[in-house]
Amino acid sequence: MSDKLAIVVFSGTVDRLLPAAIIASGGVAMGMDVELFLTFWGLNAFRKDSVNSNTRFSKDYEDMAPLMMQVMKNKNVPSWFEMLKRAKEIGNVKVHACAMTYDLLDMKKEDLADIVDDVIGVGEFISIAKDAKITLFV
Amino acid sequence: MSEENKEKIKVIDARGSFCPGPLMELIRAIKQSNVGDIIEVWSSDQGSQRDIPMWAEKAGHEFLGVIHEQGYDRIRVRKKR
Repeated sequence: MSDKLAIVVFSGTVDRLLPAAIIASGGVAMGMDVELFLTFWGLNAFRKDSVNSNTRFSKDYEDMAPLMMQVMKNKNVPSWFEMLKRAKEIGNVKVHACAMTYDLLDMKKEDLADIVDDVIGVGEFISIAKDAKITLFV
Repeated sequence: MSEENKEKIKVIDARGSFCPGPLMELIRAIKQSNVGDIIEVWSSDQGSQRDIPMWAEKAGHEFLGVIHEQGYDRIRVRKKR
């Protein structure tokens, strides 16, 4: 069985979604199984209609946002969503939506990007993350 | 690394792509190749020279070496399994 990397994706801003996607890619590259648990703003960011147009940055780095987005565009850095899709193509990446947020925001399966595999409760995620070698909260 | 090598080498041009781009491109190419094939990744990313040999060792492939060019590196790996 492969080592596991679990990431709780709580944030919905590009400055955090991008590192989450990069770390997930690194896990896949090193042959790990990657388990993402999308909760609150993290799940909100996986709405089909905004995955490719999200330009939100956290308050701390807000003033840097236009510059960063421009630099990333100029240097052809793939978006966090594109990067995650590629990671999933190459390796074993599971994307779980948090049931509580899902219900809270009245989401439907068709609202979410296809990359999301299922909707699970926090208990199930903990049972998955229990034997992960690395667990991160982003 | 012998240049007179007559083996067919599959070249992946990942120049301009940032970490972990070139490594991900290599993994994708390895998946689509046959055992024994040589893949050469072109990378302008500084992380690749360290990442790729480390990955190759861990994944059980053979790291063949790096050729430094102006502004990029040609990194060769042979698929072993």
